[in-house]
Amino acid sequence: MTEKVLMKGNEAIAEAAIKAGCRHYFGYPITPQTEIAAYMAKRMPKIEGTFLQAESEIAAINMVYGVAATGKRVMTSSSSPGIALKSEGLSYLAGADLPALVVNVQRGGPGLGGIQPSQSDYFQATKAGGHGDFRMIVLAPAFVQEMADLTIKGFDLADKYRMTSMILADGTMGQMMEPVEIREDAEITTYDKPWAVTGTGCKREHNIVNSLFLKPDQLEKTNIERYERYKLIEESEAMYEEFMMEDAEICVVAFGIAARVSQNAIVEARKQGIKVGMIRPITLWPFPKKPLLAAADKVNKFISVELSMGQMVEDIELAIRCKKPVELCNRVGGMIPSPEEVLAKIKEANGGKN
Amino acid sequence: MSTFNILIAGFGGQGVLFAGKCLAYKGLTENKQVSWLPSYGPEMRGGTANCSVILSDTPVGSPIVSNPDVLIAMNLPSLDKYENEAVSGAKIFIDSTLITRKVEREDVEAFYVPATKMAADIGAPTLANMIIIGKMIKETGVVDFDTIEVGLKKVIPARKADMLELNLKALKAGYDL
Repeated sequence: MTEKVLMKGNEAIAEAAIKAGCRHYFGYPITPQTEIAAYMAKRMPKIEGTFLQAESEIAAINMVYGVAATGKRVMTSSSSPGIALKSEGLSYLAGADLPALVVNVQRGGPGLGGIQPSQSDYFQATKAGGHGDFRMIVLAPAFVQEMADLTIKGFDLADKYRMTSMILADGTMGQMMEPVEIREDAEITTYDKPWAVTGTGCKREHNIVNSLFLKPDQLEKTNIERYERYKLIEESEAMYEEFMMEDAEICVVAFGIAARVSQNAIVEARKQGIKVGMIRPITLWPFPKKPLLAAADKVNKFISVELSMGQMVEDIELAIRCKKPVELCNRVGGMIPSPEEVLAKIKEANGGKN
Repeated sequence: MSTFNILIAGFGGQGVLFAGKCLAYKGLTENKQVSWLPSYGPEMRGGTANCSVILSDTPVGSPIVSNPDVLIAMNLPSLDKYENEAVSGAKIFIDSTLITRKVEREDVEAFYVPATKMAADIGAPTLANMIIIGKMIKETGVVDFDTIEVGLKKVIPARKADMLELNLKALKAGYDL
């Protein structure tokens, strides 16, 4: 067992990436994720890795594309406006079926917005990472330990399915410190990458990594094949955690920092006799539809607690097939709902009783 | 002990974040559940800085301390801002060298520590943070003081090892006050 150390969420991501075998990092500074780049700048030269501060976010994501094409584990990180700049590259990565890890430590938007925590890139991450038909696996850590664990998991899933995994965190998760253990003996799976561009040695046909398909029937085929893979991911990779759901009559749905705040509110509500629990999505895509649908037959109401204007609400409604009402408890623009605000919403959902 | 929600606030450069880290690390070595969350933003030396530290026997939910049961105010803006946020019965520690006013609330316990002056007196003018932390540990018992060195060693980088003794001296001065 490795000793637990205190690390910022951003640092935990960086160290876990190195643990996962990532030796190539490309980025451009932006609050509140710059510690990732700073950590990589310190560590990479010592382990014969590459740290490169690109001239822009767009340059960084295209460098990621280049390394991904060689089959090496590679990552970039940014925060909301910076991720928007990367969206063209994200689409190209998808079109070329390349694995990569992209971290978004979200801040308030739209536009240049602010620098305080937010979850308002939910749509961007889960539905609109870029142009064209494609998905990204979206992982939403709620603990610094999960920042590390899901980074390792993200690299694994990216390689397994040849696609981009995104860590969707927020300013709080990036900046806070908690005990974290990055296990020395953590199992890192490696994957054969016969498609990688590594030099043929004149011994095989050369590989081509490309996202351009001018013949529509060919392009259609790649899209359909990709969506068959996505279907498999939806069936097998959804992750979530249940909290006090056994006898719950109200179900809070929250991820990341919103789940941490909600947990306090739920504990307090339980003390007051309100039967409330939480389903915390750990993957936002694939969205954990099954446990939500199962809960819909047991609870009276859902409350989505978010740091956005309610971007997750429709995913909950779809998952539960609108069987029960979904209410929203939110703060935006860098504000975080307090446990008291969430508790008030829970009480209201409980019909004002208690 | 159940849960301590601690808020440490002051000017950037007073070692507010460092003091919080020191506490969090000490808690970790005592197998407590801990979290440390800094204010971040366009802060700089001379601006305001604060950090939330939670030490608990049970898993930490929200890492944000908006209603502290222990408040350390290292400057007047911090006391003005957070005095009314503290819970009833909170312990409030004040650097009385820099803050001349008294706590207005009557449902909290106030401790006035001339930390900045004491730090200068012991030859460690930058360690008012450690003086006030020493006093706070004495009054709350949040962590074990006898082994405080363990926490300090974790946060003082090797290249600054010579600062360890001085930090300990400041902690003790506050503790023995």
